[in-house]
Amino acid sequence: MTSDPYQTKRGERDRSITREPPHRIGDPVGTHGPTSRPEGEHPFLIGEAMTGGYGMGADILHDCTIAVEPGEIAVIVGPNGAGKSTAMKAVFGMLNLRKGRVLLDGEDITHLSPQDRVAKGMGFVPQTSNIFTSMTVEENLEMGAFIREDDFRPTMEQVYDLFPILKEKRRQPAGELSGGQRQQVAVGRALMTKPKVLMLDEPTAGVSPIVMDELFDRIIEVSRTGIPILMVEQNARQALAIADKGYVLVQGRNGYTGTGRELLEDPEVRRSFLGG
Amino acid sequence: MDFLNAFVALANFVIIPATAYGAQLALGALGVTLIYGILRFSNFAHGDTMAFGAMITILVTWGLQGMGVSLGPFPTALLALPVGIAATAAYVLATDRLVYRFYRRQKAKPIIFLIASMGVMFITNGVVRFIIGVDDQRFADGERFIISAGTFRDLTGLEEGLAFRATQGLTIVAAIIAVALLFWFLNRTRTGKSMRAFSDNEDLALLSGINPERVVVITWLIVAALATLAGVLYGLDKSFKPFTYFQLLLPIFASAIVGGLGNPLGAILGGFLIAFSEVGVTYAFRKVATYLGPEGWEPSGLLQLLSTDYKFAVSFGILLIVLLFRPTGIMKGKAL
Repeated sequence: MTSDPYQTKRGERDRSITREPPHRIGDPVGTHGPTSRPEGEHPFLIGEAMTGGYGMGADILHDCTIAVEPGEIAVIVGPNGAGKSTAMKAVFGMLNLRKGRVLLDGEDITHLSPQDRVAKGMGFVPQTSNIFTSMTVEENLEMGAFIREDDFRPTMEQVYDLFPILKEKRRQPAGELSGGQRQQVAVGRALMTKPKVLMLDEPTAGVSPIVMDELFDRIIEVSRTGIPILMVEQNARQALAIADKGYVLVQGRNGYTGTGRELLEDPEVRRSFLGG
Repeated sequence: MDFLNAFVALANFVIIPATAYGAQLALGALGVTLIYGILRFSNFAHGDTMAFGAMITILVTWGLQGMGVSLGPFPTALLALPVGIAATAAYVLATDRLVYRFYRRQKAKPIIFLIASMGVMFITNGVVRFIIGVDDQRFADGERFIISAGTFRDLTGLEEGLAFRATQGLTIVAAIIAVALLFWFLNRTRTGKSMRAFSDNEDLALLSGINPERVVVITWLIVAALATLAGVLYGLDKSFKPFTYFQLLLPIFASAIVGGLGNPLGAILGGFLIAFSEVGVTYAFRKVATYLGPEGWEPSGLLQLLSTDYKFAVSFGILLIVLLFRPTGIMKGKAL
């Protein structure tokens, strides 16, 4: 069955966050050589023509491209199982890419582990288990700033300014907060590294519509501080409404791509994904 | 009715010994719970790690005693303790490098770690017996009593004596200091917080840039210190015999599980719960009942629920009840 006696469920797992796995058949071979910075306008973060899947499993992404321009909000939407979260994980390095590459500010980071990508300035908020439930809100933020050697107090103040409720509850264990507040802790934790780009995996999953609107408002505020945001969203309509750029994924491929408005007005997209 | 004498008898035979024993179990359970919380497996080698630490400390103590060094009223073992801790730290780090790290790299399931730890347990057990032998070893010196039964009787004029041995006092004080230091470290320092974060949510800790290998090394260092301290205190209070330490594994695990695995506060609570149950259930309450009953009356039996030979049944019983009705333990630890 499996060649690894130490664990089961192979192939369903994300790539390790820290460790570079041993090379396996099917992995990308070699590097891509010196990458020249593209001339003129270039996306700040781009996952280019990505093909790959979990572990040794079948490919989930097929020649999929996701990019974020500086100062913009890019949203990945699509039906269930289209590979939205997978695409984001691929950009973040939690997937073995068989083809394609990931560029951050023109630098090829395809072979970096997720941990190294955080050090390069990528902030990632996973969909679930995205806070330290047994620790206080403040400790969560402190842990977010773990890799920073400088004084992170000013950043913490900025996070408290963005999410005033967190300042109020800063001594409370994060696990005791409501769903919306927990998402704010999660985003706040990611902001503590002063990321150059923020990636959110379904930030509004499982929260009420009112809280969802509030979270979107907060995300727009974060974006106004100048951080480009890449976001996977289940609620396509609201997400596209705030998006500068939208990607509709269909079975791991780029289905439709355009500005949020274009996609909202595209009859094809409306009929297939937005319910008319 | 003689409440005062009844209470003194109870304190002498149950409360004081159980408190000291509870403190020893709590220190042991803290080590188990830290390993479970951070390295995510049940370390069956913990009892024998305690034996290893105690053994080194005893050997150094004997050396010091041979050279005529003593600490006056305190046991010489306190002087040897740092050496014991250092040697145990080196030993557990070596086992981590040689055994556990391999499985960590493979991301092995906890059950595989557990079985590996049983191997480490047997080897440690063998090493300890090989070096110091299987017999009882006594190494306590210094003042024997804080209050002896005779002095207490003379002081109070009560019929019942109350003995408070120096090793019991030392155990309780040392445990309080160790626990206070541990909690300060876990809750106040950056490294301690990073350990809690790693225990809470490993993936997110990695994403936050926490170095897992560093967390693991620090955990082993703390566990070595706690295990050695627990082993030495137990040896001072009772006596040192390798097999007894192996048997201690059961009450220690019971304490950690009852309190909630992975929860340090629970480990302490569990330690005292197990200790008081064990001592309480196996103590013959005849004397206490005699004082409490009417004048001249004496119960015909010993009023002992279980013979001391069955004391491990108490840990088993409590463990069973907790796992059946509250698998996460009293303080909400991780479920097994």
